[in-house]
Amino acid sequence: MADYEIPQELRYSIEDEWVRHDEDRFVIGVTDFAQQQLGDIVFVELPKLGARLVRGDPFGVIESVKAVSDLFAPVSGTVVELNEQLEDAPEMVNADCFGEGWILALEAADDSGFEELLDANAYQAHVQEREE
Amino acid sequence: MSLRRTPLYDAHVALGGRMVEFAGFDMPVQYGSILEEHAAVRERVGLFDVSHMGQIHLSGPKAVEAAERLVSCPVASLRVGRVRYGLLCNEEGGVVDDVTVYRVADDALFLCVNAANIEKDYRWLVRHAPAEAGVRNRSDETGLLALQGPASGDVLAAVGAGAAAELKRFAFASLEVAGVAALVSRTGYTGSAGFEIYAEAGDCAAVFSALLDKGEALGLRPAGLGARDTLRLEAALPLYGHELDDTTSPLEAGLGRFVKREAGGFIGAEAIERRAAAPAVRQLAGFELEGRGVARAGYPILESADEGAREVGTVTSGAPSPTLGKSIGLGYVPPALAELGGSLTISIRGRGVQARVVATPFVVAGR
Repeated sequence: MADYEIPQELRYSIEDEWVRHDEDRFVIGVTDFAQQQLGDIVFVELPKLGARLVRGDPFGVIESVKAVSDLFAPVSGTVVELNEQLEDAPEMVNADCFGEGWILALEAADDSGFEELLDANAYQAHVQEREE
Repeated sequence: MSLRRTPLYDAHVALGGRMVEFAGFDMPVQYGSILEEHAAVRERVGLFDVSHMGQIHLSGPKAVEAAERLVSCPVASLRVGRVRYGLLCNEEGGVVDDVTVYRVADDALFLCVNAANIEKDYRWLVRHAPAEAGVRNRSDETGLLALQGPASGDVLAAVGAGAAAELKRFAFASLEVAGVAALVSRTGYTGSAGFEIYAEAGDCAAVFSALLDKGEALGLRPAGLGARDTLRLEAALPLYGHELDDTTSPLEAGLGRFVKREAGGFIGAEAIERRAAAPAVRQLAGFELEGRGVARAGYPILESADEGAREVGTVTSGAPSPTLGKSIGLGYVPPALAELGGSLTISIRGRGVQARVVATPFVVAGR
């Protein structure tokens, strides 16, 4: 099996996004497994600032050389910051998916959606299931 | 239905290839990065398994006559040891398949055909060739590797087939490659210099591994179907099922130079001329995207960027061009919109993105 980084301190959605709880907001990106599966990322289509995302609904698109994939909101909330760097450098998602390649930040009314996300161990199992 | 495998399936898996379905075969789309595999071919050399492609042989005193009637390019004038690109057309002037014709001997030739069309082509050839033309489908017994890129001749020299360097473009010869009897042809589907190597299916793994081994020092990388597609698109080479199908005229696709229009005499010739005499309905155009995004196959081409603009065409292929660093594509549009420098609007998930009609090939690599 290939090697995937799955940081312990993050939470994960089954659609392969990671979420970090930063005080009053949630920072979102795609996982190492997802970026490896996608391959060379050439385009990220982001929502607008202030957009309302609903957990489980598509909010944007990530494109590799070969494929177009939807991004699904891992939690509900309002977009308060976008990683505008991705417009000119979408390959940051490949290079540093948990750092410089983050996608956006949300503000949520409560933590309930976050609490229901997978922890690192559960996400690891979710990845392994699909690898086999 | 289970997927078919080429003789190199195990080698692909061992190399970490990501396997996907293509034309009923389980094929590597990439081993690592498509962009790096693409660059390896343009700058050094890449090695592709294209054993999924088919080879249909015609032999006997009627073989050449039969092929002349079946393909759009001249066959009788094709010298032994030479290859021509042509089209198998139907009676309506549509394209059954696009093929390369190899003149093996005075009375023997074979067609290299698309994997998705092997059965269709074979039935078409059997139906339209006289019994004396001995049609045989040797696709399963034949393996095919494509060694593409400026250093491809050096790699062949390193496995004892240096004589390949003497081949002219679209010429082939029987050579030993890594000690295996093979047919080496100076052809390809990438727009870069290169060779295609036909060998018996059972010998293919040995040739593949020798090329990988000796090629490593020359910068060789195994390359998958992902890079093959971006390379052929930069070269504006058509892909059956995208730019060509049973209803497309070769002239609409810009392939008139592969059609013996004066001589005629092949199936579909009259229909092609009839369609050529009528006002053209559509023309294949190459475009570069001016806005952001990727224009994918199937996306609508709109008359303008205005709301409610009429759909006037369809993208047939599109991808980011790794060489140019911008999005390129091919699509059918009304001839008036296919003029060089003209403006098109591509609908990308409902968003109108501007594109400009440009000359093809998009990229001219050294051949």
